[in-house]
Amino acid sequence: MEAKQEKKLDLSPVLVPILSILVALIFGGILVFIQGIDPLLAYKVLFTTAFGSLDGIAITLAKATPLILSGLAVAICLRAGLFNIGAQGQLISGALASAWAGYTFVGLPALVHIPLALIFGAFFGAIVALVAAILKAYRGVHEVITTIMLNSIVIALADYLTSTPFKEPDQPLTRTPKIQDSARMPDLLGLPLGFFLAIALSITLWWIMKNTTTGFSIETIGRNKNAGWYAGISIKKTVILSMLIGGAVAGIAGAVETLSITGRFEPAFNAGLGFDGITVALLGRANPLGVIPAAILIGGMRASASTVQFEAGAAPELVDLLLAMILFFVTAPLLAKFFKNRKENVAMTSGWSN
Amino acid sequence: MEQLMKLRTSHYVILTFLVAFTYFYSRDGLVATSVLYTAIQFSIPLALAAMVGVMCERTGVVNIGIEGTMLISAFTAFFAGAILQDTVRGMFVGVFTGAMMGLLLALMAVNWKMDQIIAGVILNILAAGITSFYYRQNYSIPSTLNPIDLPVVGAWPILGPVLSFHGPITYFGILFILALWFGLYKTSWGLRSRAVGEHPSSADTAGVSVTKLRYINVTIAGAVGGLAGSYLALEAVGIFERGFTAGKGFTALAIMIFGRWNPLGAFAAALFFGLTQAVTNQLMIDEVVEIPPQFINMLPYILTILVLAISAGKVRPPAAEGIPYEKEKS
Repeated sequence: MEAKQEKKLDLSPVLVPILSILVALIFGGILVFIQGIDPLLAYKVLFTTAFGSLDGIAITLAKATPLILSGLAVAICLRAGLFNIGAQGQLISGALASAWAGYTFVGLPALVHIPLALIFGAFFGAIVALVAAILKAYRGVHEVITTIMLNSIVIALADYLTSTPFKEPDQPLTRTPKIQDSARMPDLLGLPLGFFLAIALSITLWWIMKNTTTGFSIETIGRNKNAGWYAGISIKKTVILSMLIGGAVAGIAGAVETLSITGRFEPAFNAGLGFDGITVALLGRANPLGVIPAAILIGGMRASASTVQFEAGAAPELVDLLLAMILFFVTAPLLAKFFKNRKENVAMTSGWSN
Repeated sequence: MEQLMKLRTSHYVILTFLVAFTYFYSRDGLVATSVLYTAIQFSIPLALAAMVGVMCERTGVVNIGIEGTMLISAFTAFFAGAILQDTVRGMFVGVFTGAMMGLLLALMAVNWKMDQIIAGVILNILAAGITSFYYRQNYSIPSTLNPIDLPVVGAWPILGPVLSFHGPITYFGILFILALWFGLYKTSWGLRSRAVGEHPSSADTAGVSVTKLRYINVTIAGAVGGLAGSYLALEAVGIFERGFTAGKGFTALAIMIFGRWNPLGAFAAALFFGLTQAVTNQLMIDEVVEIPPQFINMLPYILTILVLAISAGKVRPPAAEGIPYEKEKS
């Protein structure tokens, strides 16, 4: 088997996701066909709406912005061997905190107000992740369960806060007041400023992972805990640090969404953005740069879901179905085996208490 | 003896049970029995879901896809029941769906040797995607599964109304939990399963097929998850909604750990969860405590985290769990 090791450019990190997506679309098409919907029409509408025009692309990139960030939040933790399913809760916490900072502080210049609101988002996203990180580091509680539970807790808490203390006065709706104009993130070149922020964060984190000792510690722990321990890396510290980074990035995702798209917090907003981050991260192979194309693809699908319903009669949940299929085929090693026996899987399952 | 030691969870249950019972009985005997009856109702899906975890992990496979298994089984059980207008057949469809999910997990975890956490998360996301795409409104099942009036027990004072008049899945579920306990500790199947979960290479040397046993157990466990899903859709409420399982599959994992991977321990832990929720609900209805409803909804999740924070680290999971088995090549 190993005789065929030629020195060729290894394209499998790109080819495997693309092939997986194609296979997923075929399977998804069959499932859609069962519903009596023409899958070719549905796909054509889906992709022309998302990528067929400049306006479409602008909307796609706006939708992709929070997904790049939530994908990063999951990806960085994956690098450390942690599965952060809690991006959703961290994102909501950040969205609410930035909305609060956005409407509470009055009279600040935009140059101060926007960063302040973003920091609020990052901080409160990180706080949520910190709970899971401490439980993981000091009590050995598996982060998948705690982060999922924290999602539900944060959603309930946000619901309570927006329905009572942070509620917009004299309004029947459960929502916070609108943020001040000084907190609104402007557009740049017809794209939300947040998009550039997301790209910048991706590149920064990619650089940190490649070139700093922090990045090295995270990678080492993710590959092999024992090796990290022998190398003198504090596992506890690294676990907490990577969860904090993940939580903060997810919090920024929520903050960007609040400050540039929604302008306030409402419990129904932000649904699914954090969960899509899981798909984005796995599709992007947990690479901080890989999440960008993955998020753009998924953002495009999300952006055109309602057009697909209008023109092809498929429920917007079609996208959920397709994403599930993509995730399945991306992670199932079926396709990867066509190329090579790559051993770069990060192992996460090592029991509940370790 | 060792197994008796493992049942410390039961102390929590008995204590909560007694306190709640005395409190409510002093107010109104009928309320006391209805709280306990509801507690059993709350705990059955959690207990069954925890059995899925126990069965899988005892053979060395981590199943974090219990949530998805329950969700998609509740979905197929409900819609099969509604389309066929036959609740019982709906239940069988639900159980079958669960078994298929188990088989899929076994395929990913045992055959493809995928990371089992990722495999489980895929089950959850697949289930969420499929159920939300195919979900339709305006369907209804003819009735929920008929409750059974237990012959002798039903006439007992106090305990009669608590234990009697539950649905068939409840009684079957309790019998299954007892059988699973017996099976795991008293039969050769159980010995082999536990050996595969603790030390697969020794089990292999002793002639046990690790792959086969993991396949069988994970698939049966899936069917139990299907039963738990069917319970929610057909016995407890008789409806289906998107995201219907609301994290119960994850709470079940905490219950499994709290119960130290022992079926009876996990059952006791599930009763503790059910009881806590039933008591809080009743306190809300009585307006004894004024808590915003959002905090009531949070209760099972907070409890899950607390329980894990307390018991994780003190308990030891099956040694080989989460590790795909590779035959050693010599």
